[in-house]
Amino acid sequence: MSETDQTTQAQGIGAPVRRREDLRFITGQGQYTDDMNRADQLYAVFCRSPYARAEILSIDTAEAMAVEGAVGVFTGQQMVDDGVGDLPCGWLVKGKDGSDMKSSPHPPMAARYVNYVGEPYAVVVGTSLAAAKRAAESVVADFKELNAVVDVATAAHSEQIYDGIENNLAYEWALGDEDATRMAFAKAAHVTTIELVNNRLIPNAMEPRACLGCFDAASGEYTLYTTSQNPHLERLVLSAFVQIAPEHKLRVVAPDVGGGFGSKIFVYAEETAVIWAAGKLAQPIKWVAERGESFLADAHGRDHVTRAELAVDDTGRFTGLKVVTTANLGAYLSTFGSAVPTYLYGTLLAGQYKTPNIYVEVQGVYTNTCPVDAYRGAGRPEATYVLERIIEQAARELGKDPADLRRMNMIQPEDFPYATPVALTYDVGNYEASLDKALELIDYNSFESRQAAAAENNKRRGIGFACYIEACGLAPSKLATELGAGVGLYESGEIRINPTGSVSVFTGSHSHGQGHETTFAQVVASQLGIPYEDIEVIHGDTGRMDFGLGTYGSRSLAVGGSALVAAGNKIISKGKKIAAHMMQADEAQIDFKDGNFILQDSNQSVSIQEVAFAAYVPADYPEELEPGLSEKAFYDPKNFTFPAGTHIAEVEVDIDTGVTTLVKFVAVDDFGHIINPLVVDGQVHGGVAQGAGQAMMEHGIYDEYGQLQTGSLMDYCMPRADDLPDFDVDTTVTPCTHNPLGVKGCGEAGAIGSPAAIMNAVTHALGNKDISMPATPEKVWRAIRGE
Amino acid sequence: MEQVGEYRITATREEVWAALNDAEILGRCIAGCQEVNKVDDQHFDVKVKAKVGPVSAVFQAALELMDLQPPESYVIQGNVKGGAAGFAKGSASVALCEDGAATVLSYQVNANVGGKLAQVGSRLVDGAARKMADDFFAAFSQQLSPETESNSTPGVAEKNSEKDSSGKDSLSNGYEGSGQGKIWLVAFFVLGLALVLTL
Repeated sequence: MSETDQTTQAQGIGAPVRRREDLRFITGQGQYTDDMNRADQLYAVFCRSPYARAEILSIDTAEAMAVEGAVGVFTGQQMVDDGVGDLPCGWLVKGKDGSDMKSSPHPPMAARYVNYVGEPYAVVVGTSLAAAKRAAESVVADFKELNAVVDVATAAHSEQIYDGIENNLAYEWALGDEDATRMAFAKAAHVTTIELVNNRLIPNAMEPRACLGCFDAASGEYTLYTTSQNPHLERLVLSAFVQIAPEHKLRVVAPDVGGGFGSKIFVYAEETAVIWAAGKLAQPIKWVAERGESFLADAHGRDHVTRAELAVDDTGRFTGLKVVTTANLGAYLSTFGSAVPTYLYGTLLAGQYKTPNIYVEVQGVYTNTCPVDAYRGAGRPEATYVLERIIEQAARELGKDPADLRRMNMIQPEDFPYATPVALTYDVGNYEASLDKALELIDYNSFESRQAAAAENNKRRGIGFACYIEACGLAPSKLATELGAGVGLYESGEIRINPTGSVSVFTGSHSHGQGHETTFAQVVASQLGIPYEDIEVIHGDTGRMDFGLGTYGSRSLAVGGSALVAAGNKIISKGKKIAAHMMQADEAQIDFKDGNFILQDSNQSVSIQEVAFAAYVPADYPEELEPGLSEKAFYDPKNFTFPAGTHIAEVEVDIDTGVTTLVKFVAVDDFGHIINPLVVDGQVHGGVAQGAGQAMMEHGIYDEYGQLQTGSLMDYCMPRADDLPDFDVDTTVTPCTHNPLGVKGCGEAGAIGSPAAIMNAVTHALGNKDISMPATPEKVWRAIRGE
Repeated sequence: MEQVGEYRITATREEVWAALNDAEILGRCIAGCQEVNKVDDQHFDVKVKAKVGPVSAVFQAALELMDLQPPESYVIQGNVKGGAAGFAKGSASVALCEDGAATVLSYQVNANVGGKLAQVGSRLVDGAARKMADDFFAAFSQQLSPETESNSTPGVAEKNSEKDSSGKDSLSNGYEGSGQGKIWLVAFFVLGLALVLTL
């Protein structure tokens, strides 16, 4: 094997290659949206509603325009008058009675009414950021305050916010067989009931949202640099729905993006107003959110209240599950806000178990709060939280070991493909394998001795489980569009072998922390036998790659990676034709291995680089073949992928102070084949940290008037390194059966399993006294004292 | 937010009352006051241009005097709008009590804040509001008893009180004075403004 081959092997699929993008990130060389600058750019500052709900009586911009350096003030009403369309919701959910969901009107900026604190109603543009700020402070808006609806639990019985949307209900959705489930409960030997709150979370990507909108009057072309997870979707929405410009006149670039976690999937008011105003003024406009604006106006996550019941027979088998959830959608339906508490939530309630009867009802309610949409896990952490909390509770009520109760109800390897009663068909898995490995890693058998040691230090130690399943790579397009999705769910990929043999790989996926530039290069290196260093991965620019759908729902590798494999197969197929011509043989006699086209039963071969050169300098070339060696492919998955695993948490609660410390955390995940274990470990670590944040610290709180009380990093508690133990992370492998890489997706699992595991541990430590997330010292302290 | 406080001013209640109704004295105690417009005896509009930290804004307050009981107590209800900075609304009950040769002024404010103000967090708002109130009453006290103030002894002694306000302000009467309501106006406004400026 040549040196090159060894290098390829060492950096191909499965190798723990360090992320190549990190060098530029940690040396300050990353090119983020705020690093994009135009010489003549202006600066935008948004005027945001101080009221949760109010009528806009008047907006006086005269004083603002008199400020030195002020260039323009644009109101929401001006955008409406100019024909700018509403921001659409991309998933039409139908109610259980078959009716369409009710969408509240959603102009990009508020026109007649403001409906949450922080909603923009005007944008001020100035020659400098300081001038724009001064001018924005001089905009005088007169509001008539209206009663705000804030609480998710009572929203359906509160004052109606929108004309035509009774009880503030966007939809009442249901899934499963209600009658069969009712029968199961009638016959149950034991019923466990639990009431849960899934706390509202506020995403805090390290890089705040930002955009730079440009308009070239000569060509009539718009270019929008923006912090997006899916620039093509941004372009599609801004073009087709908002009507900024036709798609071929609008280029959207999402350069380096510093974290998204879902919050940068959506099309927001700010970039819409900025690109529109850039056209009006024919001058580039830059906007960068301040952290306080991120708190107010980045779509929030979670915010459910749920009542769940689990029916168990006399042997401990689950016979029925009924879940009733009220989900807060916020003031408007954000881009995918309708789908998160329905199709991404109810469908996951079977978990890893063979529960035969499941029925779930979800009320999606409007409130005068920031819109709620996908946040790392998006519906699946909420489903896992319900299921894994109620199972742990059932085990305690029945006096059974929580691991044993789960084990006896698990879907077994021979049961796959397994159709759940809530619409999904799992392709493959081995749930007990993950559970067993996790029990071993946590040293379950000696938990009691650790518990006793903690007691000697005046601490209560608890252990909690979560055996989660999730669904990644939302698919297939046909099914999803039947269920109301407004977009397809495929991905595009293109592989260009350049004449000198280096490779440019284009993907419609977007990397904002996932490490695609490394892992996708590993995939192509392995498939085509080309050195890893010769492969560049390019993403995030509608001007450079084919249509794509970006990155969310842990889809990039399973869908985008599969598209690259499909493109690579086309490269190999064409390469065989060229190689056959070069070696004067028949195409059927050519094999491809490790970067070489080999003539069977001979010692002849040509490298893929030689083939590429021949393709671009076709001096002696098959007549029927086009020159060039560049192929693209679209890949539409046949099914979701179903990563699953077991997370076990151990906590210690300080009896005197109520401080809960996460002392041990084991995550054993089945992500199918792994391209880069370092990257996967990093994704799991980050996800678990976010889940620990939800379980122990984070809570987005509005007061009764709809004022955000947790609007800064001083008031909204995020986990830090010293809040977390060294996680014990491991994997099991059952390859996905329906994509060419056998991969499943790892981006969200950490945040999906960990909240339930940690809260099960906390309630275990508290002697099964229930508290709601986050388990703050105050709540825990009160629980210890029986309050 | 709720806030209560007391200030001991080294002057008789009558002197304090008179000073509180002296627009010139009050004017010297509030920085940045652009205008005070009396709509009628019980309604005032106040406008202050102020800058704190990175935020500058015109704060407009609409104030209503209620439950007037001179020279003992008032309630002020008000609305302070700070544009981009947010808003405050609520009421302040203020009472004057004789304490030997001195006067103890006590206040209780109940206010709701909105916009950026609420976002910043009430613990910051509380501290800043108290600081603003302290500064005002320090200045006010100095106006009343400059000798004391110019010496090393501060003219204002402040102590925080945990207790709720007394029922004093529940009485109303036929108070007809014009400028006399201004102290309450000022007290509320200062506190409201303090909230708004906490940014």
